[in-house]
Formats: sequence, structure tokens, C-alpha cells
Amino acid sequence: MNNARPQERRADFDVVSAWVPAGARVLDLGCGDGSLLARLERERQCRGYGVEIDDDAVLAAMQNGVNVIQSNIEGGLAFFKNRSFDIVILSQTLQATRHTEALINDVLTIGKSAIITLPNFGHWQVRWQLGVGGRMPVSARMPYQWYDTPNVHFSTVLDFDRFCEQKGIVMEKKMVLSGGKEVKLLPNVRGETAVYQIRRQK
Amino acid sequence: MIFPSDSVGFVTPAKLKFDELLPLASGATLDGFELMVETYGELNASRSNAVLVCHALSGHHHVAGYYKDQMRSEGWWDNLIGPGRPLDTRKFFVIGLNNLGGCHGSTGPRSVNPATKRPWGSEFPVVTVNDWVNAQHLLADRLGIDSFAAVIGGSLGGMQALQWSINFPERVRNVLAIAAAPKLSAENIGFNEVARQAIMTDPEFHGGNFYAHNTIPQRGLRLSRMLGHLTYLSDDLMGEKFGRELTDESGDEYQFGFDVEFEVENYLRHQGDKFAGHFDANTYLLMTKALDYFDPARPFGGDLEDAFRKAKANFFIAAFTSDWRFSPKRSKEIVRALVANRINVSYAEIESSAGHDSFLLPIPRYHALLSNVFSRISV
Repeated sequence: MNNARPQERRADFDVVSAWVPAGARVLDLGCGDGSLLARLERERQCRGYGVEIDDDAVLAAMQNGVNVIQSNIEGGLAFFKNRSFDIVILSQTLQATRHTEALINDVLTIGKSAIITLPNFGHWQVRWQLGVGGRMPVSARMPYQWYDTPNVHFSTVLDFDRFCEQKGIVMEKKMVLSGGKEVKLLPNVRGETAVYQIRRQK
Repeated sequence: MIFPSDSVGFVTPAKLKFDELLPLASGATLDGFELMVETYGELNASRSNAVLVCHALSGHHHVAGYYKDQMRSEGWWDNLIGPGRPLDTRKFFVIGLNNLGGCHGSTGPRSVNPATKRPWGSEFPVVTVNDWVNAQHLLADRLGIDSFAAVIGGSLGGMQALQWSINFPERVRNVLAIAAAPKLSAENIGFNEVARQAIMTDPEFHGGNFYAHNTIPQRGLRLSRMLGHLTYLSDDLMGEKFGRELTDESGDEYQFGFDVEFEVENYLRHQGDKFAGHFDANTYLLMTKALDYFDPARPFGGDLEDAFRKAKANFFIAAFTSDWRFSPKRSKEIVRALVANRINVSYAEIESSAGHDSFLLPIPRYHALLSNVFSRISV
């Protein structure tokens, strides 16, 4: 499910790792090779599970020493009880899901809060490629062609902000990143990745 | 005979005698019993490297290796165990046993009932997974094993592994339950009942005391094995393996009769005959009953989550995509109950067309996962 290359995910990992409270119970949906979860267990004394559908990634996650459950995250979250995790993580996963709103709903039910990282399709290079070049954007972060991309739901920083607003979801934290650094000026144009911490209204 | 370098080679079983009273779930008590046991590898000085392998319906203590002077005597899970195999005998001391009620040397229906001096036959008490685990626990005591590095099993064997974590949480550090289920469904029990009826309605069964009549209910056993075998495979696999092929003897033309004609008929009859020739009918009845009664949640008001409350082991649960006897869905029920208890568990769903029997096959991804689990166990 995680389709960004590992070295490019480290910046998101740094933010996620800083935001997760020490000792938290964590569920990482689309955990890939489990490296984020392993890091959270090592550095933040977290405990939890990863969920992953890909065969090779499940083995890799087990080799990384984390608990991993092989399942589709869409419609496959019945393993987990309501509010049984402090944090549910969706790292570079949401854009590849089909029933995205339903999934966010599930995630906010299982977890007390969720940390979501998303590629920003409002980035200027994306706009350039589509707006001027007239082609679907392809980049190092998203190296797919239109016909083979796992990404089916594209959003921009503004789109996700608006989504949370409309659905009454509380945005506790937000950080937009480019080249591993925070972008404060024109985040929807310059940002490559956005990291959010969200929860239901109490 | 030349073995591959990762085989345990020739092995010898041992019969261990227990004088303890063993109270059974049925209310009956066994006044002493014997267990056939086989081991591979060496128990380390701290006795921390023991792995118990639990067998399924028709299994026994001969899990790996070969017997001298016996052709085709490979153990039933040989591909798993050996120096360099997933359950590596350079690291682990592996124990296989034949469960109570079995027909491979442990106390069972063929054994002599000390009270009557005749074979137990149908008088042998019904035994459950719980009873087996209690007997295995006495075996652990006998071998001086305070805690198993792991208990592993597939199918009914996986159920024993699960029961270990519930009954003796301090004595098992890892549980590997493969192609198992937390309890049988009505359909599962139905299949078992048909198998039992096939045996019990065979005129040669004689109410279970066929030994005295110097006969065996061969037709019944054969039918029950043919039925069982069908449920262990999958439609896809049978399609690949046999399709609608006719046997060589039948040639290309339909014979319009009831002799063996399709390859699949040939195969099932062969499997049935092979099994009926050596397996004990009373044991078959007992094993299917143990499956039917397995329900660790029952003492906890049917709440599987509650059943695992005291479990401490790390779990590896695996299921196979084409297994319709104990489908992935059933394994997920186990995973859900473990997760609810915040227990360490990993779950893998393995692609295979071989149905329930997949757990015995050296499927590369499956063995890679098992290798990983065993390599991470500290001894």
C-alpha cells in the first residue's frame, strides 16, 4: 500500500514519530515493511500492530520484528475494537484507497486520534505537468503512469482541510513538507507531503 | 540411503510410560498411559529450546526423518524440520508425539484395557484437545521442560497449540497455529458425522469391538477417508491434478459402468484403501470427536476474547486462500480475539491452491514466514 520510496518517507516518519506520544498504542494501516512501526517501538516505546496486504511487505515487516496482520484495510478492520488505539497511522496510504471517507470514519472510530500523511497534488510541479504539459503528473514521489498507479483518490492540502471542516473532524496538528522541511509559505503550491493529526469532535 | 544435508536422517521412536492418573473432560480417568514420542536435535543446558509439534487428525509422533529398514518412511512434516530447515534442529529440540486415543503406539483403542485385559475398542474414553494438552503437559514435566520455546501445529494440531497458551500460559513462549479454527462450524461437524456414520454402519465395525472378530471396518474407513480427503483439497487443485481425465485402463471412451473410470475416482479409492489398511477405525472416531468438541471459548461463556485473557505467548497465525475446511476467515477470528487482548500476533494469508492440506507443503512464502518466526525466537 505504501507506494513512496523508503528514503522519501523518512521526513514524514520524523514528523509522525515526534507527534506520537511515548508509550502509545499504535495501529499502522498500510504499514509496508514495518519500518515506521519498528521505529516507534524503538524510539517511542509504542506497542501495536501493522496491517498490510502485500505478501512481500508482510514478510519484511515480520523480519523487522513488528506485529503485522495481513489484511485489506478497506473492509478489513473488524479485527479492531472501537477506541482501542491511541493513534492510528495512515502513512501515504489514503490516496490508494477506494472508499476513502468510510475508511477515515473507521479509523476515527478505532483510534482516539489519527495521523495521516498524504501526497499534495496541489504541488506546483503537478500543476505544471497537468496544466501546461497536459499530461498526468509523474514524479520521483509518485513514479506511476495513469494506467498503473495504485493512487485513485487525489487531493491537495486545501482539499483535505476543506474535507475535515465539512465533516466536523478536528484537525489537531498539520504540517506541510517539501524536501523533508516544513513549508510555511504557500504550502498548497510548494508542499510535497502533508501530515495531519485528526480526531472526532468530543 | 543418502539423506539431503538438511534432513534429520534416521530416527527412532520411544515409548514413555506415565503412572499418573489423568482425569479427562468426559469425567473418565485414565489410570496411567503410554505415549509414543520422537525427538530431533538436542535439548540445551537451560532446557529452553524445546518445540512441541502437535499432530492433526491422522498424524502421529513420526514427524521428521526416516526409519531404518523401512521404505518410504519419511515423517509427515519432514520438510519443516532439520538442520537448515525452518524449524532448525541445530537450534531447537523438537518433540513429536502420538496423542492419546491414537493408533501409532500411544494408549488408545487398540491398547489393552488393564481392567478387562482386552483391547479397549469402543470402551476407550472420548478424549478432547484439552485432555491431549494435559497429557502433553505431563510429557513436558517428564522431559524437564519448564517452558516450550514454541508449540506448533496445523489444523487440529494448531488447536492444541492454541489450547496450550490458554491452559499453561507460563509454559509456552510462542504459538504457531496454522490452518486452524477457534471451533468447528456446523458444516465441519457435519462432515465428521458422515465420516463416523460410514465407519459405524459398516457391519464389520461390531460396535467398535472388531478386534475380537478379527476383522476391520475397511469399507467404512475407506469411505470416511475419501470424504475427508475431498474436503482437504480444493476444486481448483483437483481441476489441475485430475480434471476429467480418464484412467489409462479406460482409454478414451466412456465405459458406461461403475468401475473406476475418472482419474479422480482412482485417486480417491487409492487414498481410501491406503488409509483403511493401517488406520484404526476407533481412533478415527475419537479424532473427529476431539475436533467437534474443541471450543476453548465455551468455559468462558462463548467469549473467545475472554478465553485468551491469560495467554502470554507470541502468536503466529496463518491460513491458506483455498482452504475451505478451515478458511482464512476462521483464523481471523483467532487473530481478533488475540488483538483484543493486546497480545503479540502476526497473521499471514498464504496463496495456495492446495486447500487445507497446504499446511503440510513446502510453499516458499509459507516456509519463509515460518523460518522468520523461528529465527526470532530466543532460546
